[in-house]
Amino acid sequence: MNYKKTKKGTSRRGFLKNGLSLGIGAATTSGVLSSCHQNKKQESGEKVRVMTTDGKLVEIDASQVQESAHLVSNEEARKGDPNKEYVMVIDLAKCRNARKCIDVCQEMHHLPPEDEWIKVFYMKDSEDTAPYWFPKPCFHCNSPSCVNVCPVGATFKRLDGLVLIDNERCIGCKFCMAACPYSSRVFNWKENTIDDQVTDHHGAIESGTPQKVGTVGKCDFCPDMARMGKLPGCIDACPNGVLYYGDKNEDLVSNGTETVRFSELIYERAGYRYMEELGTRPSVYYLPPVNRSFDPEIGFKDLPDEIRERYDVSRSEIKKETR
Amino acid sequence: MKLDTSTVNALKRYAPQLETASLLEKILFWIMVIFVLAGFPALFIQHFEGHYVTGMRDNVFWGVYIVNFIFYIGISYAGALISGILYLLNVEWRKPIIRIAEMITVISTILGPIYILLCMGRLDRLHHLVLYGRIQSPITWDVIAITTYLVGSIIFLYLATIQDFAILRDWKGLKVAKWRHALYRFFAVSYQDTPRQRKLVHRGMTIMSIIIIPLAVIVHSVLSWIFGMTLRPGWHSTIFAPYFVVAAVFSGTGVLIVAMWVYRKLYKLEDIITEKHFRYLGIILLVLGALYGYFTFAEYLTNWYGSEKWELELIFKLFDLSEFGWMFIFAAFVGVLLPIIIIAVPYFRSINSITFASVIVVLAMWVKRYIIIIPTLETPLLPMQESRIEYIHYSMTWIEWILTISGLAVFCLFFYLYSKFVPIIPVSESSSLIKNPEEELDTNEELT
Repeated sequence: MNYKKTKKGTSRRGFLKNGLSLGIGAATTSGVLSSCHQNKKQESGEKVRVMTTDGKLVEIDASQVQESAHLVSNEEARKGDPNKEYVMVIDLAKCRNARKCIDVCQEMHHLPPEDEWIKVFYMKDSEDTAPYWFPKPCFHCNSPSCVNVCPVGATFKRLDGLVLIDNERCIGCKFCMAACPYSSRVFNWKENTIDDQVTDHHGAIESGTPQKVGTVGKCDFCPDMARMGKLPGCIDACPNGVLYYGDKNEDLVSNGTETVRFSELIYERAGYRYMEELGTRPSVYYLPPVNRSFDPEIGFKDLPDEIRERYDVSRSEIKKETR
Repeated sequence: MKLDTSTVNALKRYAPQLETASLLEKILFWIMVIFVLAGFPALFIQHFEGHYVTGMRDNVFWGVYIVNFIFYIGISYAGALISGILYLLNVEWRKPIIRIAEMITVISTILGPIYILLCMGRLDRLHHLVLYGRIQSPITWDVIAITTYLVGSIIFLYLATIQDFAILRDWKGLKVAKWRHALYRFFAVSYQDTPRQRKLVHRGMTIMSIIIIPLAVIVHSVLSWIFGMTLRPGWHSTIFAPYFVVAAVFSGTGVLIVAMWVYRKLYKLEDIITEKHFRYLGIILLVLGALYGYFTFAEYLTNWYGSEKWELELIFKLFDLSEFGWMFIFAAFVGVLLPIIIIAVPYFRSINSITFASVIVVLAMWVKRYIIIIPTLETPLLPMQESRIEYIHYSMTWIEWILTISGLAVFCLFFYLYSKFVPIIPVSESSSLIKNPEEELDTNEELT
């Protein structure tokens, strides 16, 4: 049964689906299962009873019971919270290509290993400039080219600044991929086998799962986590506190360990947006890689061969260009 | 309606084309059928396995299907512009070639969008274009423009054929199957060639030829804007719309000349499609070639002279012989200069050499579309840090090869079948072109 899978914490999708069926029955008990992609909590031993939609009572561990996001309708998911304006700040001085953000993101959204919604680039702008690691999620632009060109409104801009995809509406024309200058979008070239046990799920727009073959996917800033009052997966996962996330209206951003004023952070560290000249007005800000915590070369240590190879190709190309 | 003798003579001349098929035709027909059928397994595999079976990946997410799409929409210009303009100018020599041109338009305008469908991830959601359509998207512009264009060119072709349907219906000498007579009767819509009917058809043709010309220009402009509206190197260019339009007429004229040559040989029309037609169209081709060369020069010079990072990266990929260099040389130099030299120098100018020049033009224009699409997608603004070579460099898989060849076969097959249904030379317009038919018939009878 799904329930067993849930308990093992192997499947966030299966869990959410299960949570959905449990949620209706358990609404009165005010405790509903929630996402547990990082289900590393110790079992408390204490059992709690919840009811499934088909009327069965099941017993689960109390540690698994959390306040859950209420499931959102498509209309609500397309609108977003008008009082919020989500932003991300990325501190380039602290990134050392630990790649934990990628792993957690793929786990959370049940992505195959070849799909990275957040990528970490090795950047070296020219021969004599310093190299640095450059994590790049979707920029959730305020003037999003991808949204402009979508012929069916499958990708849209919400009031809270997020650019999301309705993969039940997407026709797979890939025009948004052409329009996005930051290569943020990935296409689901084949059936997602990781998600095969997952069927239709209400509120899939916000959870970004399951990814559907023949449609486009991308970083969604985890709005389902925000509804639960949590930070996106990548923020919590970063061991170096590189990524900050928050609401610009509140003027607060957090990297999971510290919460700082967004405006002060940007002012003091001379934050900037990548490729401002394109006029897309991103919601992601970068802090320049100065006074670094790590030597950028550390980022190449302990990488799997396949991933190291990616950067090797790029590095040789940089050399070739400058020759 | 009553058929005069010259019409009957013309019909007698074209009847074998409709009634029988030569051995060569049969062989060619079956070869085409085999190629068309070969497309089906590829289609099924792509449908059930997903687009993973193509060479397309996240960086180069549009491949040869888009190339073919632009190519076919491009050659559809043959009918729209050439026959439209020649009709309006009332050019006498257009008459034998006008139907070939219009058929190219209709068939390629049907075939082109099929390639877009092959490129779409979710064909089952095609109706979303209507259900959730957004007018802000250049794709919606394209859908509207191409549909209108297709309807317009079908009406144009039909109006130009209606008199022939009536003639075929009323000529008792035609020995074809009953269902075909029924179809002629149906399509002739009781046209009796009264002065009033003739005037109406004529007026309809004039209106359609006026409408079809701006429509054709719009279609290819909108098509270029799919690329022009993005922020990518090589695409984000203001001259893209006129550049695409010129390239389209250039390739369309090329295909028209090749088609004329093929039908001339296949149906032995040497006395009707003459050297004059090739020469005149050749000169049009020359002018268009010069115009296209000018646009190409202006486009690449501007990008190369400026020092913008990505534009230069793209240009150097096009100049690099180990990347797209040979394709660039073929599309930008061989495909422009060779046809111009062949046609401009009277010594080289002959039916066969003009046709050869046209084949070069058509191939070069296909390659041109390839080096518009692929190199730009291989030059994203952010570096491609990949170890998987297929994510960095696009190469066509056998599925894409088969579907490309199969599409070409579909084009030829439709073209051929239509010429079996209606004479490839408009009978109503060109009956006067047949010289001394009585004599010819007499000699034939004597021989038998």
